Amino acid sequence: MLRGNERRKQRRDEQYQAWLLCAPAVLVLILVTAYPILYAIWLSFFRYDLRFPDQRIFVGLDNYLSILTSEVWWQAMSNTLILTISSVALELILAFPLALIMYHTIFWRHAVRAATLLPYVITTVVAAFAWKFAFDPTTGFINALLGMEQAWLTQRWSSFLVIILTEIWKTTPFMALMLLAGLTLVPNELIQAARVDGANAWQRFIKITVPMMKPAILVAVLFRTLDAFRIFDTVFVLTSGAQDTETVSMIGYNTLIVSLNLGLGSAVSVLIFISIVVISVLFVKGFNITLSKRESGDQK
Amino acid sequence: MVGIRLVSTLCIISLIMLAGCNDQKKEKEVTPTLSWYVFNEPSGAFAIAARNCSENSQNTYQIKLVPLPADPDRQREQLVRRLAAGDQSIDIIGMDVIWTAEFAQAGWILPWRSETMEEAKANRLAAPLQSVMYQDEMWGVPYTTNAQLLWYRTDRIREAPTTWQKMIRLAETLGKSGTIQAQGERYEGLTVFFISLLATAGGSVLDTRNEKIALAQEPTIHALSTMAHFANSPVADRTLSTAREDQARLAFETGNSSFMINYTFVWSSIQQNAPEIAPHIGWARWPSLSKDKPGRTAIGGINLAVSAHSRHARLAFEAAACIASERHQRIAATLGGLPPTIAALYDDAEIREALPFADVLRATLRDAVQRPQTPLYNDVSLAISRTLHPMRDIEPDKDYIRLRDAISRALSSKGLL
Repeated sequence: MLRGNERRKQRRDEQYQAWLLCAPAVLVLILVTAYPILYAIWLSFFRYDLRFPDQRIFVGLDNYLSILTSEVWWQAMSNTLILTISSVALELILAFPLALIMYHTIFWRHAVRAATLLPYVITTVVAAFAWKFAFDPTTGFINALLGMEQAWLTQRWSSFLVIILTEIWKTTPFMALMLLAGLTLVPNELIQAARVDGANAWQRFIKITVPMMKPAILVAVLFRTLDAFRIFDTVFVLTSGAQDTETVSMIGYNTLIVSLNLGLGSAVSVLIFISIVVISVLFVKGFNITLSKRESGDQK
Repeated sequence: MVGIRLVSTLCIISLIMLAGCNDQKKEKEVTPTLSWYVFNEPSGAFAIAARNCSENSQNTYQIKLVPLPADPDRQREQLVRRLAAGDQSIDIIGMDVIWTAEFAQAGWILPWRSETMEEAKANRLAAPLQSVMYQDEMWGVPYTTNAQLLWYRTDRIREAPTTWQKMIRLAETLGKSGTIQAQGERYEGLTVFFISLLATAGGSVLDTRNEKIALAQEPTIHALSTMAHFANSPVADRTLSTAREDQARLAFETGNSSFMINYTFVWSSIQQNAPEIAPHIGWARWPSLSKDKPGRTAIGGINLAVSAHSRHARLAFEAAACIASERHQRIAATLGGLPPTIAALYDDAEIREALPFADVLRATLRDAVQRPQTPLYNDVSLAISRTLHPMRDIEPDKDYIRLRDAISRALSSKGLL
């Protein structure tokens, strides 16, 4: 009995101490993230335009209604989903071979890994400009390479193609890096046992490696989906939203920064935030990802 | 980890604070510096004006030129972000004619009153002067102006067509080289195209008090069907839906087009880039829609305003008046090809040599139309260009209703744009 009480007290003390140690970080986080988020939610209930600072009135959910009934929002939402789904899917397919190469290389291992990761190091805006110049009909090399005369960024389908290509080129290395981390988790004994049992390379990959890597794959896909959903800079540089390529983040930018409409713009930001939360919940619940596997294992 | 993060956060915060302190120390200067935010003018005419005025002021002020991007949308974006935040580092603003109402309503710029106003008004053309007015106050001094003309090839056409219908018919008889260049991308230029056509047809976007939507049915449908007819005719350029002023100019300079709707800057550009076609360039007024009424087009140009957050507002008024004086308008016209706002300069021999189309331009400016002078102009313009892009897909009856709806939403600053 007594020992139990003591243990409980000790645990409570430890917990208290843990919170105390975390407090500075938590306070800073509240200051720099929680406050702006709450303020944005608060602003989104107002009709508040910086060009008419005196006419600030509470409108309740009017801003949300106005956005959700606007064709602009749904067009942007479908554009964003097209970009997100196609770029993440293609990245996953391309990242696997890259990760395997990085994992299995025996010679020049550092050089291979560095070369693979290079595009990820380049700033997105710079990368987007590089691709823009490459696809430009007068200065670019792509038309010459393909023997075409195409003004790539003047049509919807080809604009999407260029944006998706830029995204893939830029972030596949990130995906590959996450998968590489997953590959290191696969125990070598299992692979060898399977080989003894007569499994060929493809079977070993599909039946052993991929299932063992499942948590890493899902985390990688989740991170990239959240990132891709908020896509802004690539589109801004390549088309600035013309040819119906506007994304939800660009809608937010146009409303907040260009139109200075703080109320409506905050409502857009909150809606993007909600979409992100929904995506995360769907992933975590739907695919049963455990982000902190070891801890939960211990408790069980 | 937590410790490291905290320490580094504290370091960053203290660095920012230190930087702030440094900034404040710099404030004491002998000669006040006035920052003039204006688009990056390539000929250097603005820089000369800034230098001259600084010298003439005998050390009462020094004008520093802060270049803004070439694209007016980006200029506005950078300016409004600073102005809304109360940035004190802006003194003089090179203000596009369409920003007057917005900047004035928001309290970002100061009105011109008493003697400064009289000086700024003196001898100016009516249309540019109208562009600095909002709610019976004057919010800037007109510096340079601009309007579109019809440019055509005198070696292919004997006489400039006076109406859109005639021009399209004439262009069709010319076959492949008959192309008409215009602005059809989804941006301000498409709005200008629509507003000009609408004014020519006798309509306007807003009522005379610039508060409610006007958009009378008959002239609007007339304007929309002209746009659709033009965009779907074989004489429109293949890339009309992505053409801005510059693309139109470049295409015209190749010699494969016979007509172009564009601003006066193309004149000096053609002299330099395409000397072989330069002798065959003619100009005329913006095409009309009927025989008896002339074509009307929206004016452009730059006015100079004084920021409400300026620490040296009195000096800024003085400096702005100096920059926009006759002497510097002359430099802007001869060096940069920017049409003056002082009426008398259009009869000046030197200017008439630099701008040989001065008479046509003056006549155009006399009939020019203002884009809606409402603080919500930016939203109204977006509503127009979004609804009407691409021009080839315009269905006049259907789009008339969509346009009304989009502009109404913009005016109530409700929906997304």
